[in-house]
Amino acid sequence: MKLIINGEQQEVEAGTLAALLTALDYEGDWLATALNGDLVSRGERARTVLNDGDRIEILAPKQGG
Amino acid sequence: MLTLYGTELSSRLLLGTARYPSPAIMEEAIRASGAQIVTVSLRRETAGGGRGGQFFEVIRSLGVHVLPNTAGCHTAKEAVLTARMARDLFATDWVKLEVIGHHDTLQPDVFALVEAAQELCADGFKVFPYTTADLVVAEKLLEAGCEVLMPWASPIGSARGLVDPASLVSMRGHFPDVPLIVDAGLGRPSHAAQAMELGYDAVLLNTAVAGAADPVAMARAFASAIDAGHAGYHAGLLEPRDMAVPSTPVIGKAVFA
Repeated sequence: MKLIINGEQQEVEAGTLAALLTALDYEGDWLATALNGDLVSRGERARTVLNDGDRIEILAPKQGG
Repeated sequence: MLTLYGTELSSRLLLGTARYPSPAIMEEAIRASGAQIVTVSLRRETAGGGRGGQFFEVIRSLGVHVLPNTAGCHTAKEAVLTARMARDLFATDWVKLEVIGHHDTLQPDVFALVEAAQELCADGFKVFPYTTADLVVAEKLLEAGCEVLMPWASPIGSARGLVDPASLVSMRGHFPDVPLIVDAGLGRPSHAAQAMELGYDAVLLNTAVAGAADPVAMARAFASAIDAGHAGYHAGLLEPRDMAVPSTPVIGKAVFA
């Protein structure tokens, strides 16, 4: 299915947001996710079903002022 | 002691974590500054990457409070979502709320700032709003539920210091019981001392330390300046006078002619 991940369109097969993170080799606990402009907390990822055209943001801690 | 949202702190310096020459220098500068609160951000993570986690492990090892920011957000909606993602990731309800209104000055969009603060405070966040020294905006932020205000000194990263001290004095006078933190625009330790001499409770800075030739030494210098300014304010500063006042007593002076 076509997904927009961090602003880039990609063709990935993943049933849930948790499966998507695994499919794309995201590692570790230090990630925050949003789907179509809403937070998906870490506990909700495994039951968050993805659909064609979904917009996903995957963020991590970075330096900031 | 400084108390922010019920948390007692002995340091009055909040330090950013960006733009250091290396992670090791960042770590050493944070330690040298004595800062107990450091700001961090959230940015897109590349697939297969893990650098964000590595960076955050360093911060965690320092045992400091983390204050996630919403830097770069230009709308209330973006800022609110970023804050919620930060709360999920960092497990803190603290957020440095920035909603930028102007590309060149990085001036806060105070209308969107108040809107976002209302939504986040209602959702249980402890909001540290990056704002201007406008008293009406400050009132609205307090009404929204903010218990701390962070007016700018001058544009972010400009190193210009306190360009409008009169407004900061006015803000201090109007809100004697609200913790006030000067955030943004400080370039040198004397700027931080000046803010503290106005009765501000703390300062937040980043570039002035990270961009110094020796960030670790500069972190120490800022910490000293903040302590000196704070102590000076509470010791009771002498008001400026128009004419000279002799410091040596005149009475008892010998008359030689």
